[in-house]
Amino acid sequence: MRRFVSIWFRHLATDWFTLRRPQLRVMPFVLRAPVQGRMMVMAANACAQIKGVHAGMALADARAFVPDLEVLDDMPDLAGKLLKRLAEWCIRFTPLAAVDLPDGLLLDVTGCAHLWGGDAPYLADIVRRLNIRGYDVRAAIADTPGAAWAVARFGKEPLVIDSGRHIEAVLPLPPEALRLEAEVVERLHKLGLRRINQFIQMPRASLRRRFGQHFIMRLDQALGHEEEPIQPVQPLEPYQERLPCLEPVTTATAIEIALQQLLETLCLRLRNEYKGLRAAVFKGYRVDGKVVQADIATSRPSHNVKHLFKLFEIKLPTLEPALGIELFQLEAIKVEDHFPRQDKLWEGGGGLEDERLSELLDRLAGKIGAESIHRYLPTEHYWPERSFKPAASLQEKPTTIWRDKLRPIQLLAVPEKIEVSAPIPDYPPMLFRHQGKVHKIVKADGPERIEQEWWLQQGQHRDYYHVEDEEGRRYWLFRLGHYDDKTYQWFLHGFFS
Amino acid sequence: MRSQLQNEILLLQGFRPLNSAAVDLGLGPVKDAFPNASFPLGAVHEFLSPTAENAAVTSGFIAGLLAPLMRSGGTSLWISTSRTLFPPALKNFGIAPDQFIFIDVKREKDALWAMDEALKCGALAAVVGEVHDLSFTASRRLQLAVEQSRATGFVLRRGAGNVGTTACVTRWKITSLASEPIDDLPGVGFPHWQVELLRVRNGRPGAWNLMWERGAFRPVYKLPPFFHEQKKKAG
Repeated sequence: MRRFVSIWFRHLATDWFTLRRPQLRVMPFVLRAPVQGRMMVMAANACAQIKGVHAGMALADARAFVPDLEVLDDMPDLAGKLLKRLAEWCIRFTPLAAVDLPDGLLLDVTGCAHLWGGDAPYLADIVRRLNIRGYDVRAAIADTPGAAWAVARFGKEPLVIDSGRHIEAVLPLPPEALRLEAEVVERLHKLGLRRINQFIQMPRASLRRRFGQHFIMRLDQALGHEEEPIQPVQPLEPYQERLPCLEPVTTATAIEIALQQLLETLCLRLRNEYKGLRAAVFKGYRVDGKVVQADIATSRPSHNVKHLFKLFEIKLPTLEPALGIELFQLEAIKVEDHFPRQDKLWEGGGGLEDERLSELLDRLAGKIGAESIHRYLPTEHYWPERSFKPAASLQEKPTTIWRDKLRPIQLLAVPEKIEVSAPIPDYPPMLFRHQGKVHKIVKADGPERIEQEWWLQQGQHRDYYHVEDEEGRRYWLFRLGHYDDKTYQWFLHGFFS
Repeated sequence: MRSQLQNEILLLQGFRPLNSAAVDLGLGPVKDAFPNASFPLGAVHEFLSPTAENAAVTSGFIAGLLAPLMRSGGTSLWISTSRTLFPPALKNFGIAPDQFIFIDVKREKDALWAMDEALKCGALAAVVGEVHDLSFTASRRLQLAVEQSRATGFVLRRGAGNVGTTACVTRWKITSLASEPIDDLPGVGFPHWQVELLRVRNGRPGAWNLMWERGAFRPVYKLPPFFHEQKKKAG
């Protein structure tokens, strides 16, 4: 015989708020949310319920009942998330725990209760532990999920329904206990059918005609004539592999073998689930109680054993085995979806999408640091130093075009001061002296004036000249400030090819 | 018979003809200096640039060589210990600067290691490394890496240190020349370089004058000065 426990959280949302703010325990408070333009009470705590406030009331009415009512904003989807977490926690009682929206859990406890010494202590333990966690619950155990649900919410003590007695337990309960739609319940009440035993004897054909197929299904589910499937939650297993050693290992080869084995099992699982890891930690538990570890990160999800091994290989010399490592553990901290890409029939030109490129960059980042790898995108600035910005990733696309202005191929990070003799305002200089060497200017283009972007930086504008000296070397010079300011200065900023 | 034998010898020397021989770098007359008259891709090239001005000219020349290689969306790496390359300027050579990935390392040793790793990866159009010195051993490592992956490497040697033997396929030196005026207008014209091929394995070294004109190399043949005068008179 199968057994089910239904747990009813009487104040699920408000209990959660009370847990976060304990002072709410003794205050009447409600959760509000707008429904069709009106502020409605979505949930009320026990204190507020005693004073006559209940869910579904208009907030203004509730305030009229209880003037010192505390009002908090409701969080949508809170119940679903909370119940999922609670269901995962309930796996301590039974392997099959399901969420029963909107305010309950359903456990398939077939064959579990005897471990606690029978149904009554089992149920008491569930209720006690949930109470300790801060939730006000009522739980019932019966042969069918429907009967357990009905008894948990509408039944009288005791809530343990012995095997085979669930029909008797359900009969004196009101029709709401059958999980019916609201209008069906209303119609039953209108007809004076206030308890299940008043209509259980009626011919099924006429019941179906009057109340529909759903009514018959719910009735059969409560009475055990129809099977009710439940969907148990499945907690996510962490992407973690362990490898204990028979004897503590100390050699580099042994560590490499351990890493290889762990990577193979982990990557097999990742590949089967179409996942790839972005970050992983390889830990070694030493005999002396210390833990040594090496971590890696990849620029895109990967389950390539060879590649990941290479990434770890650079870090392995930092693992000190000392007296020996007795347990290895490999964990993927960050896992992302990784769907297999269709391979190209021929070797492509190798764009930015190429996996071999990202694997290469991972290797470089592992040794010399990710901060030394740069890729640049254009930005909308004329000021040369600001005309490009670092890209966040390999895949990031430029948002604007690269300007095709003539620019020097080598640009000094800091412009170097030069001495210049220039004949007349706005004419290119005749000669300039840089690092003690005099360059006579033969040809020149300019000026190209680039103004400061005052919203970013204050300062003088630059007048750029593209000049060529008598030996054919080409430079980018600029004058900072106006010629007639007397405070202007000349700088060398770059070299043209 | 002789050319067949020559080809076999080239193969044994690690000078494999590429299946992507269609990539023409547009070098014009310089091509004839190479074996099989094609620029050796899948090899390491060495450029000498003792001064900052030289480095600028050499970067420009390399960018001109890379443009056709990267036209199909390929990616290149620029590895350097002291980078002054200005990314937006690559656009002048027809390369989208966002196709470049720059690796800025602190030590020369790391730069050579990164270059070696990058050359082993077959996904790159080319790898450019800016280093001060290149020993024979280091160049041999790079050459071995490219023989496996068929990637193309450019080593830009900055500084005027002594230049020993290396295992690179070619050794170049680019110097700037007075620019060629555009349509006889005043001002700075198209970049103009003297391209010296100092060493080339199985080829003929030489020197050429090239200019970079509207996205392509163009050879410049020095004409006797009176030609200009005649042209002026005629015009």
